[in-house]
Amino acid sequence: MPRTKRIAALALLLAALPARAAVLPDDRADVLYHRYEGGGVTVDGPSVLVRKNLAEKYSVAANYYVDFVSSASIDVMSQASPYKETRQQASLGLDALNGKTQYSLSVLGSEENDYSSTTASLGISQDLFGDLTTISFGYSQGWDEVRKRGDPTFEEPVDRRTYRLGLSQVVTPSLIMGFAFETITDEGYLHNPYRSMRYLDDDVPLGYAWAPEVYPETRTSSAASLNARYFLPYRAAVHGEYRYFTDTWGVDANTVRVGYVQPVGSRWTLEAGYRWYDQSRADFYSDLFPRADAQNFMGRDKELSTFQSHMYSAGATYQLPSSGWKFLQRSTVNLFFDYTNYDYADFRDVLKGGAPGTEPLYEFDAAIYRLFFSAWF
Amino acid sequence: MRARIALCLCLLLGAAGCSNVEPWVKPYERQNLADPIMAADPNPVASSYLNHVFEVREGARGALGGHGGGCGCN
Repeated sequence: MPRTKRIAALALLLAALPARAAVLPDDRADVLYHRYEGGGVTVDGPSVLVRKNLAEKYSVAANYYVDFVSSASIDVMSQASPYKETRQQASLGLDALNGKTQYSLSVLGSEENDYSSTTASLGISQDLFGDLTTISFGYSQGWDEVRKRGDPTFEEPVDRRTYRLGLSQVVTPSLIMGFAFETITDEGYLHNPYRSMRYLDDDVPLGYAWAPEVYPETRTSSAASLNARYFLPYRAAVHGEYRYFTDTWGVDANTVRVGYVQPVGSRWTLEAGYRWYDQSRADFYSDLFPRADAQNFMGRDKELSTFQSHMYSAGATYQLPSSGWKFLQRSTVNLFFDYTNYDYADFRDVLKGGAPGTEPLYEFDAAIYRLFFSAWF
Repeated sequence: MRARIALCLCLLLGAAGCSNVEPWVKPYERQNLADPIMAADPNPVASSYLNHVFEVREGARGALGGHGGGCGCN
């Protein structure tokens, strides 16, 4: 079906649904400082989100987000020089309520010196069965442009389509469960123009050489997740999530996440969590190819290698005393910390030396900080 | 792709036609579900940042929470 017909079909679907339930999101503002440190990479910056209801039928949301990147990652150190760059992202969204149906539209743009991205999304959600069930459907279309520093003639497109299906179900007075399914298709220039693959070469002293990666120009992935959140008898909550992922590049991944939320007194809420992630490598990934033209597609992106990660999380939320301002219902200060270990099974640390293919396997730790202020009005 | 859209249509329209089912959790029984600690995504600005980190560092993508929903508590 041509793209325009598919979008028209979705629009018809939105118009055909009967008007019922749903509640617009709360009016709120969030100001966040984020910081990521790990593997020679530091990324930090602000994110600001403001959401406001209009006429009790519409909700408008705007987000501005910045990454200040300073990278001396293993890829950069083994093939290039450390660099710094800035990525800015802005989005604008509109939700509309019609009875128990909620319609959503949003646009998002991001810009860095060698990559631009624009995404438009639409979605619909519907409350059913006495508001015990919510079903949602979404579609996004993305248009990216990949550029390359030092080569003004380099300009390659990427098109992306995303289809989402969600289901939320109240099971008991203390248990709510959810299911999500998402398919993403990409078409275009899908690899990093700076990254190289490694192959055996007896003609050089190191015993290996670098050559540009060659990737497929299409990728389709599917992910399905199941989650649950349970209210404990002494006012605390436990939650868990499992996700299965697979794609046409041969990557299969499993994600398990569990968490615990405990209010303490009238103002504090403490949280703890653990996340396990495991993936298999892409079919065309290798740490060391036997020769420069070993196969049609060749990549050495460690994000497409076989690896596991363990993430441990802790967070605290403090509800601030009433400010006396009538327009401010409540406000909180929040600090979340996540510690992650990445352990690679077939990506080697060439910086540590050794005969090609016998270097130590790569691993690194990362620390993630999120400090933010939230206000509801 | 046509089949996928048709499936979604059937699911949505089919489910919408069954709204007379008697709710087995009554509105007055939803106090626990309405507690802020039961919110599916209580801090969207913080969770979307973390999801961004996952997508950059991992091969997998998609279906990470934030799929809407609610308990009809408000």
